[in-house]
Amino acid sequence: MNHWLAISGMMLLTVLIRASFLVFGQRLTFPDWLNRALHYVPPAVLSALVVPMALAPAGTVDISLQNAYLPGIIVAALVAWKSGKTLLAIVISFVVYGLWRWGFVPG
Amino acid sequence: MSQQTCSSRRALLLEGVRDTVPMLVGAAPFGVIFGTLAIAAGLSSATAIGMSVLVFAGSSQFIGVSLIGAGTALPVLWLTTFVVNLRHALYSATLLPFARDWSLAWRWPLAFWLTDETFAVVEHRFRTKGAAGGQWYWLGSSLAMYGNWLLWTVVGVSLGQSLPGLANLGLDFAMGATFAAIVAPQLKRRPALGAAVAAGVVAMLGRGLPYKLDLMLAALAGVTSGLLLEGLAGRKEQST
Repeated sequence: MNHWLAISGMMLLTVLIRASFLVFGQRLTFPDWLNRALHYVPPAVLSALVVPMALAPAGTVDISLQNAYLPGIIVAALVAWKSGKTLLAIVISFVVYGLWRWGFVPG
Repeated sequence: MSQQTCSSRRALLLEGVRDTVPMLVGAAPFGVIFGTLAIAAGLSSATAIGMSVLVFAGSSQFIGVSLIGAGTALPVLWLTTFVVNLRHALYSATLLPFARDWSLAWRWPLAFWLTDETFAVVEHRFRTKGAAGGQWYWLGSSLAMYGNWLLWTVVGVSLGQSLPGLANLGLDFAMGATFAAIVAPQLKRRPALGAAVAAGVVAMLGRGLPYKLDLMLAALAGVTSGLLLEGLAGRKEQST
């Protein structure tokens, strides 16, 4: 894949969305349902990325002691949910992930 | 222009920077993580930094490098970027009434720099103190966020390059943990939780579909579930 082409497209889309109302003004309106739908995009997309990473890190479902991603990601979510501190959650989950691999994953 | 307006412009610019400082601290670790992950995902240092310079949108950059690393087709990458960034159109609409009379030479660059953080800072300021001279305040917030993001991206990129083994040490795990930590606090409302569960289930069922269609289907399922649950909750409230 051409990375510069990928980035150029991302740039164009991002700036056009941000410029939508500010530059092109009142010619655009959003229907109410779309306004509400947008709130659910980040949780939906992020969950769609995270859940397979936790349950099937190598492509096939792996719910065993060898899968250190699962406990690590659960801990990340729980700490962030309880404390609201993203960075703290990442650090603690990394420790759990590391210890888990060290303890349960051979090699 | 008089000395007076010049110094008040600078004061506004600096106020914008100052009010953005807490956001800078919050964004810094993500800049580092982004830079490191981008290298681990196979981007060159030039493309990794280039993405921060040109795209300047944290969450879509994260998702972008994870999709690029997975060899996703360009249309899917772009569609995902579009969907993930669509919320910025709301910010754009919210700030338009304040910016309506400014020249395009102001509105284009300020739009380019419109992030979640700058939106939060600028919208609060305009709502509480009015928008007179606000373009300078907005510019201060934007430049602070932009410079900060570029700086920490570069730090992350050099970290990723000097420790090439980092990828094997579980930086792909860091990506998952970062996403989980970002999403979890958003799930306290039931429709959002429903959206996450539906998206997660569909993503599991659709694993391996070509062109990462699973991601699109999962996002669609999540958003639809969220809207449906919100509708049900609203109806229940009305009937009680």
